[in-house]
Amino acid sequence: MSPRKPPEPVQVIKQRRDAALRALVDAVPYIRFLGVVFERRGDELTGILPYREVLIGNPLLPALHGGATAAFLEITAVMTLNWSYLWEDLEAGKLDLEGTAPQDLPRLPKTIDFTVDYLRTGLPRDAYARARITRAGRRYASVQVEGWQDNRDRPYAQATGHFVMPASRE
Amino acid sequence: MADKTALARQFIEALPHAVLLGMEPQDMRDGVAVIRMPYKDELIGDPVTGVVHGGAVSALMDTCCGAAVMSHPEISGGTATIDLRIDYMRAATPGQTITTTATCYHVTRSVAFVRAVAVDEDADNPVATATGAFTVEGHR
Repeated sequence: MSPRKPPEPVQVIKQRRDAALRALVDAVPYIRFLGVVFERRGDELTGILPYREVLIGNPLLPALHGGATAAFLEITAVMTLNWSYLWEDLEAGKLDLEGTAPQDLPRLPKTIDFTVDYLRTGLPRDAYARARITRAGRRYASVQVEGWQDNRDRPYAQATGHFVMPASRE
Repeated sequence: MADKTALARQFIEALPHAVLLGMEPQDMRDGVAVIRMPYKDELIGDPVTGVVHGGAVSALMDTCCGAAVMSHPEISGGTATIDLRIDYMRAATPGQTITTTATCYHVTRSVAFVRAVAVDEDADNPVATATGAFTVEGHR
C-alpha cells in the first residue's frame, strides 16, 4: 500500500480560498460601490450589505431602496453561482485567481431574468443574503436567494434568477 | 397636476440611493415616468467588458416604476414595491446613458401594475424590460 498524501494544512486551504474569493469580489466595481462584502464557511457564501445612508429609498420611513435590495440579491446570486462553478477547479489547483487582473478573470454568468419579492420593509440596518443553486446546467442555471436583517426566519426579500453560464474555459 | 410632477421630481432627487447612482428624472406625469442614468465606472458589473451591473439597472427600473405609480392621477401618497421582474435582453453598451420609461397601466384600490423598458443610445433595441406590482397607499 502506497502511503496516502497528507492533507493540506488548514491555513493553506483557507488562504487559497479566501484569496480566490477576494479576487472575484474586488474585480467588480459595483460590488465595492454598494459596499457588499462576503463571508465564507467552506464553500458557503453569505453576502453582507452594511447599512449606509446612501442605501435609503424612502427617507420618510426610513427604508432601504428596493433597487439596493435587488442589486444586493443579484450580486449574491451571481457570486454564489460563479463561486460554485469555479470551486472544483480552484480546489484541484487547476485555477489560481490570486493576483489575477480583473480583465483576466473567468467570464461571469449572465443574468437572463431576475424577480424580486419584497416581503417586508428593508430597515436601516445591515442585511444578509444567501443563495441556493436549484439547477446548474451546462448552459443555464436557476438560483434562489433570500435576504434577511435581524432575524433569519423573517426574510425581508427573496428572489429567483435565471442565468446563462459562460462557455467552458477548456 | 404641474405641482404633483414637481413634487415627484423633488422626491426622486431626495432619494439618497437614486442620487448615489446618478439618476436624473426627465419626466413624470399621468402614470408615466422617464429617468436617465449616465454611465459611470462605479456601476460596472463586468470588469472584462465594462458593462453596467444588472443590479444598477434593477435599481433604475425600480425607481422609475415607483415614480410612475406616484405620478398616476388616481394615486396620492407613497408606494412600495411588492414584486419586480427584470428581463435582460442584452448588455447595455459601455459608456452610454441608460434611459428607462415606466408606465403605470392599471390601478386598483390596493395595487398598481407597472411595466418599464430600458434603452441605451440604440433606442429601438431594448436593454431590459420590467414588470412589477406596487402598493397603493392613497387612492383618489
